[in-house]
Amino acid sequence: MKNHSENTKPHRRFYGNGIPGVCLEELTGRLIVVEGADGSGRSTQIVRLVNWLETIGHATVQVGLKRSTLVSAELEEAQEGNILSRTTLSLFYATDFADQLENIILPALKAGFIVLSDRYIYTLMARDMVRGMDEPWLKNLYGIALEPDAVFYLSVEPEELVQRNLAKNATLDYWESGMDLGLSRDMFDSFVKYQTAIQGVFRRLQKTYGFNVVDANRSMDSVTSELRKKISALLNGK
Amino acid sequence: MMKTFAELNFPGRLIAVEGLDGSGKSTQIYLLKRWLEAEGIKVYFSEWNSSELVKSATSKGKKRELLTPTTFSLIHATDFADRYERHLLPLLRAGYVVLCDRYIFTAFARDVTRGCPPDWVRGIYSFAAQPDLTFFFKADLEVSLNRILEGRPKLKFFEAGMDLGLSKDPYESFRLFQGRILEQYMAISGEFNFMVMDANQNVETQQAQVRRLVGERIELKKFRRRSPLPLPPPVPTEGPAVEVEEDSAA
Repeated sequence: MKNHSENTKPHRRFYGNGIPGVCLEELTGRLIVVEGADGSGRSTQIVRLVNWLETIGHATVQVGLKRSTLVSAELEEAQEGNILSRTTLSLFYATDFADQLENIILPALKAGFIVLSDRYIYTLMARDMVRGMDEPWLKNLYGIALEPDAVFYLSVEPEELVQRNLAKNATLDYWESGMDLGLSRDMFDSFVKYQTAIQGVFRRLQKTYGFNVVDANRSMDSVTSELRKKISALLNGK
Repeated sequence: MMKTFAELNFPGRLIAVEGLDGSGKSTQIYLLKRWLEAEGIKVYFSEWNSSELVKSATSKGKKRELLTPTTFSLIHATDFADRYERHLLPLLRAGYVVLCDRYIFTAFARDVTRGCPPDWVRGIYSFAAQPDLTFFFKADLEVSLNRILEGRPKLKFFEAGMDLGLSKDPYESFRLFQGRILEQYMAISGEFNFMVMDANQNVETQQAQVRRLVGERIELKKFRRRSPLPLPPPVPTEGPAVEVEEDSAA
């Protein structure tokens, strides 16, 4: 595939130290991140974006949390048992992220692909920050991350999220409810409190990382059209 | 810099050994452990890269040569954090003398040799307190190399530093890699108060020095068990009591 962005020169950078030995100029593809809670429509929007992008002739690759060859199975297992302490879990997720960054994201960007990332370091940081982890420690850790070309944060009110999750699964996920934090013994309450806290952190992170906040309380279609419009502008170098 | 466990008012103390593969550090810490146990001290031993949880991922990564310097570093940090939070910290709170065969300095030396930025690596391990005593076993490079190369003819990929592309010959690569790690260790030796031991001496001489230094720097009687360990089950009077001691740490 031909490089689709000859009219723009993306100012590529890592957030911190980055990955040793990477030539940033070679990363001619685009990295687009969709962030948001479970029930924000994240996965659906990514499927739609992939369809659309491929239809108009772009090669795409998808990545997401807990999908690395290296540690995803072990991470899943550890989470099931809920036996890892905070720093360990955090580093385990960082390993999963780094594996995908080096083995999928960077090679795909080098080949001129559009990489769609279903969540990124922001969710990982927000989860840890809500649990009291040290922010400078997290920033150093995730200094390996490449700055995306665009980050869309699908923002949905916690009350709406809880309705969507229950409508879909008739239950709430243990971790997405922050049950390990002991906010409430009632899962419904815990979910709302936890998601509210996560959103608070995202608002803070938004100031640092400057991502696009998309109102995802609306219909799927209106969110899709907003995303397409913004991504078109990005690809056209506007 | 992070404080030692004593400075942080932990009731326990942590002693670490560091050195190249083949420096004899594992033998020394094993003998130290035997002595402390015989003295009735509450002792716990922890080895680098031994957490059950992370083990399968690490061995898979190593076997398939999937690891990059970054993931190599992170997966070892994960292993360390798991042992640190679930074993070391609670035991140090409970007044144990914790013995670590390799500590964060192994990461400082190895990961930096592999090309990870020093401040990134140090930042990741900044949650860990400093040992109360760190022994560095410094043997001549050739001595360490020969010990490893004689005993174990086949070198593993990452062990030989083959991922660095220093040489296509695993033995040559191992030599170069170990040499660079030693340089990194020496560069941080002063900063982290390494007690540098002459590991060219015989085992007994080194152990006598180790025991003397530990006795001088740590008030061992404070770490004794209050009640003796439960007695072992009685040994049958007829059969011979077979006991084989093997240092499996190497």
